[in-house]
Amino acid sequence: MNNRVVITGMGIWSCLGYDLDTVRDALYNGKSGIVFDQTRKDMGFRSALTAFVEKPDLKKLIPRNQRQFMPEEAQYAYCSTRQALDQAGITQEFLDEHEVGILFGNDSVAQATYKAVSKIYEYKDTAACGSGSIFQSMNSTVTMNLATLFHLRGINLTTSGACASGSHALGLAYLLIKDGLQDCIIAGGAQEVNPESVGSFDGIQAFSIREDEPTKASRPFDKNRDGLVPGGGAATLIVESLDHALARGAKPIAEIVGWGFSGNGDHISTPNVAGPQRSLELALKSAGVDIHEIGYVNAHATSTHAGDGREAMAIANVFGDYKVPVTSTKGQTGHEMWMAGASEAIYSILMMKNNFIAGSLNFEEPDEETACINVVAKTQEAHFDMFLSNSFGFGGTNSTLIIKNFK
Amino acid sequence: MTREEIIDQVKEVLAEEFEVEQDVMTDDAVIKDTLELDSLSLVDLVAVIEHTFKVKIPAADLPTVKTFAQLYDYIESHL
Repeated sequence: MNNRVVITGMGIWSCLGYDLDTVRDALYNGKSGIVFDQTRKDMGFRSALTAFVEKPDLKKLIPRNQRQFMPEEAQYAYCSTRQALDQAGITQEFLDEHEVGILFGNDSVAQATYKAVSKIYEYKDTAACGSGSIFQSMNSTVTMNLATLFHLRGINLTTSGACASGSHALGLAYLLIKDGLQDCIIAGGAQEVNPESVGSFDGIQAFSIREDEPTKASRPFDKNRDGLVPGGGAATLIVESLDHALARGAKPIAEIVGWGFSGNGDHISTPNVAGPQRSLELALKSAGVDIHEIGYVNAHATSTHAGDGREAMAIANVFGDYKVPVTSTKGQTGHEMWMAGASEAIYSILMMKNNFIAGSLNFEEPDEETACINVVAKTQEAHFDMFLSNSFGFGGTNSTLIIKNFK
Repeated sequence: MTREEIIDQVKEVLAEEFEVEQDVMTDDAVIKDTLELDSLSLVDLVAVIEHTFKVKIPAADLPTVKTFAQLYDYIESHL
């Protein structure tokens, strides 16, 4: 079977905004969601920089006895999923009557685990952590909770692939639907935003210390980049076969046409060039498209010295003389980690549907490695009908999606 | 701690934890029904009482703590 795979709904909960219109405008206007968090400084963080994401108040939407199983990342994902389902025109009645699956990227539940174990130590009693803790403390907490809340009866799986988690979720959704194993999947990525989840990441000195200018700290591909800024929230896309979408009267927004992936088989944190390059090449092969059909590359680039440089070389090796426009939205959002693959697909689709490329925030000049690609520094009106989006993670996990417009 | 203080504190912490109004917690009201407890959230009731009063209600004693009045009795006798 070779079904066409389309996206019929999107939802977002991010530092750029809590609905698609606000996020679209934030992208266009180069808004940054990065702040200085005094709590982290007081805790002993080397870098107190983080994206700021509001916690939703779900008291009116979800009863206490269900909400207690949901750590913040599940709550973000609930919000983004409701938006996506609304845009796709999928009601609870539809979910009750049809088999719909869920595939979400998530790779940590640090704060929930920390709180649960602390209570046990404090009271020397395992019941002290409360009945919700076990469900909050598993990586699959997002899919577990959403499958329960929305009565989902299809594939029910969390993909953990470090910072490629969200992209892998979308890629797997694409494969399952293409091959006819599922008609419709809620796919996305979620990321907790709190000191406990990134303390050890700060400990290996991976973060930018440009604390006097938080909004300028995340500067992918720029010569003066000095590390990433952590962020998070959640992003959801409703992915279904074109036939299924049209049969129920839905209007597709975009189409996933290819997924590539690879492993570096190399260092646990420092990427090489060959691994990411193969991910891009496989995506192009999977999509059956020529490089010149790609109008925009949404890079993984996180504002680290090594990572951005290696990705630039991989892009240059694949695209050759064709200087495809490249940006990294992480200049505005920071690194949304497990959410990034899904959120960046949404950011790119918003740009594609609104005929612009958001400037790669804080990119001022390249270094000798990043000079080989065409980084778009300032927002420009631009029409493109197909983009490529990279997500790479620790352990050398790589994922690349190719998505095209649907009119 | 006086019985009145126990009652006030129980109502305050349970109202917050289970998101109910304090006035539904009458002496003879059945705790499980009033707070909409299932087998999982019953664990949370025990945890909240333990955090607040340092009184642990073991599973074997739970059948004797059906109403709020019985809960106050239990806490008072185990402080």
